[in-house]
Amino acid sequence: MTVKSENVKLFTEKAELVSAVVSEVSSLAEAYQYTIDLCGKKEACKLLVSGCEEGLSDKADALCETKIGKTIAAPSLNKKQFSALEKQCVDNGFQLLKDGLRKHLGGIDIGFTFADHGIAETGTIVLNSRSEELRIATMISEVHVAVLPKSKIVADSYALESYMEECMRKADYTAFITGPSRTADIERVLAIGVHGPLELHILLLEDK
Amino acid sequence: MQDAKSFKEYKGQVREALGDEFLRTAMDNFAIAYRTSRANAFKDIDDKALIKDIADAKACSTANMDELYAQFKEEAEKNGAVVHLAADAQEANEIIARIAKDENCTKIVKSKSMTAEETLLNHHLEAENLEVVETDLGEWIIQLRDEGPSHMVMPAIHLSRHQVSDTFTDATGKKQDADIQKLVKVARRELRQKFTEADMGVSGCNFAIAETGTIGIVTNEGNARLVTTLPRVHVALMGLDKLTPKLHDALRVLRALPRNATGQAITSYVTWITGTNECAVAEGDKKKVHFVFLDNGRRALAKDPMFSQVLQCVRCGACANVCPVYRMVGGHKMGHIYIGAIGLILTYFFHGTDKAKNLVQNCINCGACKEICAGGIDLPGLIKEIHARIQDEEGHPLSSALLGKMMKNRKLFHKFLRIAKYAQKPVAGNDGFLRHLPMIFAPDHDFRSLPVVAEVPFRDMWPKVKPVKIADPKYKVAIFSGCVQDFVYPEQSVATVESMRGKGVELEYPMDQSCCGLPLQMMGEKVAGRDVAIQNMEAFEKSDCEYILTMCASCASHLKHNYPKMLGHDPKYAIRVQEFADKVIDYSSFMNDVVGIDEDDFRQTKGEKVTYHAPCHLCRGLDVKAAPRELMVKAGLEYVECAEEEVCCGFGGTYSVKFPKISEQLLSKKMDNVEATRADVLLTDCPGCVMQLRGGANKNGLDLEVKHVAELIAERRK
Ligand code: SF4
Ligand code: SF4
Repeated sequence: MTVKSENVKLFTEKAELVSAVVSEVSSLAEAYQYTIDLCGKKEACKLLVSGCEEGLSDKADALCETKIGKTIAAPSLNKKQFSALEKQCVDNGFQLLKDGLRKHLGGIDIGFTFADHGIAETGTIVLNSRSEELRIATMISEVHVAVLPKSKIVADSYALESYMEECMRKADYTAFITGPSRTADIERVLAIGVHGPLELHILLLEDK
Repeated sequence: MQDAKSFKEYKGQVREALGDEFLRTAMDNFAIAYRTSRANAFKDIDDKALIKDIADAKACSTANMDELYAQFKEEAEKNGAVVHLAADAQEANEIIARIAKDENCTKIVKSKSMTAEETLLNHHLEAENLEVVETDLGEWIIQLRDEGPSHMVMPAIHLSRHQVSDTFTDATGKKQDADIQKLVKVARRELRQKFTEADMGVSGCNFAIAETGTIGIVTNEGNARLVTTLPRVHVALMGLDKLTPKLHDALRVLRALPRNATGQAITSYVTWITGTNECAVAEGDKKKVHFVFLDNGRRALAKDPMFSQVLQCVRCGACANVCPVYRMVGGHKMGHIYIGAIGLILTYFFHGTDKAKNLVQNCINCGACKEICAGGIDLPGLIKEIHARIQDEEGHPLSSALLGKMMKNRKLFHKFLRIAKYAQKPVAGNDGFLRHLPMIFAPDHDFRSLPVVAEVPFRDMWPKVKPVKIADPKYKVAIFSGCVQDFVYPEQSVATVESMRGKGVELEYPMDQSCCGLPLQMMGEKVAGRDVAIQNMEAFEKSDCEYILTMCASCASHLKHNYPKMLGHDPKYAIRVQEFADKVIDYSSFMNDVVGIDEDDFRQTKGEKVTYHAPCHLCRGLDVKAAPRELMVKAGLEYVECAEEEVCCGFGGTYSVKFPKISEQLLSKKMDNVEATRADVLLTDCPGCVMQLRGGANKNGLDLEVKHVAELIAERRK
């Protein structure tokens, strides 16, 4: 796998343009550390998720109550990776979830994923989300942290055609994600985080 | 939504919308911001070439709709989805209600689907005692308020934060602030709760890829992802026009759709779903997936040689974004369910003549929508065509039929124009203006607003004005004056002749020419319009000219583009009309690009401070943008660019008689922009625009001269 530096540059520029936070990491360990820091120090993880402080209907309020503690979901980590991250979570008093995310629809602080590809032209990450847990983790978390190997960044969407067509030969759910969830439905004023994550952090991983 | 029972009632509603201050300001801001963001988004892309590729590919899909459906069904069902085809809206709704019953679903969450709006799905499901919640923020707001969308992409654009806050106060039972960021968070939590209890999700679809049976959904909010993931049943409803052979086609549309819709390079989310995916709460951990395709006239439309292009629409909503009428009256008066230029057309096909007949008259024919349409559709052309069809179905109003009759006979028509000169006498000098000459004959026309019909029309001046024959002409030109220059502003034609003095131009004026026929087309009088076209073509065939020069942008674009459309399919005329059309040229292009007039041809004194109005039919109709601006500068004029220089002045010929209030508003906007330039003279390339703009300058009490470009060019010549 070769890294095309112009793709990485363009990707970063375009992703930042739509308010994604792009950083570089040299290893997975660094990515975990980033996530833990985000959850702890930068207070991305809260007891209450966003919106729960507003005046809500009783049912919506009740759903807010179901969130307990600070949670990170990382459904696509393998066993070894999971226990590495879990150890750090425990040390910091966070809960790390691998599955059963439907029980946490009230809110998850961070969803941690591996992106399959990046599209430089638009700053998009491509996430094959056949796994339902993975899908939920990227939809209901307040913050989405995605690790993207630099070599997986292509110039434009056309370059992914054969990869995607291969995926689509059987049941499949593939997502293009570009920046956080947004809306401009009230008076055309941009508001971030209407349904999905309020922040998208992309960690560009140096390929070994 | 259209509920007006008569044209009069519709006009009343339009007037009301014009008085809605919030709407007007919101629409203005949007129109201006949109233009910039679209331009930025396409900065590095050849949008015309991309749109052409999309249009060609969509046309091909349209032609193969049935085959693509069969292929999609086979592929999707291989992967566990169930595919349905509904003949009409009622059947689509019944299929979806039945799926809900069969699967024991009671609570439905929905993401945005214009197709579901088309079928009025929510009403149907609610009548079956199913709970339906829209989860797109804008759609949810209008659902709570029981209103229809006012834009295809931003359905609640007509509402203020205060209205939304009141609506949310009612919905939550808690007092809400009018702070947009907070309101969005309230929606986040309220709708999240709805997601947790829903057992069925209904989504729309932007692409249905036949090769793999995959659907693609384009959204910003992420609600479609939740709708297609959390509930155990997923139903996607889509028109047959969403079918496309391969992923590549979808990716191509995706390059244009968000850019054209909101000026985004891509939306936050694009979701590609194939078959049945994992779902922990479903039987056997597999989601139940149903794809419902809607025909509702699309298969018939696909076979219509003229209207099949309607199916090339990708629902970007841009045709509303740039429409000056939409900007004035908002979506509820510029569509029924589908909004904007495409809305006027689709209303006729999907919702019938009754809903469409008033709407289709509300297009000023400025061409702004056609210029940016992501599907490459000739929107104004089709709107006029539907207007004509409806008149054929329902009978032509007396005024329009009379007009048609009269204009078919040039001598009679010109005689009436000469008589009008006397009819206006008692009120001559009044500051009102008739908007389009042939409308003298419309019954609701107010004679007080006649412009002063000239003492002597240009055709009678010709023998005197005509330049002496030159021995070795460089250019052989025949003038097409158009009725306004002939009978109202002959001095503009005279100036034209004057301005090319000494440049080797041989001029002639074929006497058998008549009105170009555009007003007839605007009024839906197709047959008369065609007759007039033949007369004009034949009038110029007697000449050996290389150029047919017209100083009226509307005439020029009508002669050049619409004549071949009207006559080109008739073998008797096909070649002749093309030859005719190829010769047609507008004044500025002729002077600037053909004659190549330059600085040395003009006096060296400092010229006046001028600004410019770009006539719709010149800047978009003929794609002439640089020529008039270069000409002004070469002539030594101090040209100051005007804001929104290419936005319609509200003339629109017969339109301004039908919708005087909209026309007036467009004009007053134009005048504000012109005034801000502090120019002494406003120039333009069309006598119709001159008429309108003079009226505006007069009314606003501006110390401003309005002239045809040719007049100042003639004055500035050495
Ligand atoms: S031609 Fe102009 S007025 Fe007519 S629908 Fe298109 S943008 Fe609107
Ligand atoms: S008609 Fe053209 S501009 Fe209008 S929504 Fe469809 S594709 Fe977009």
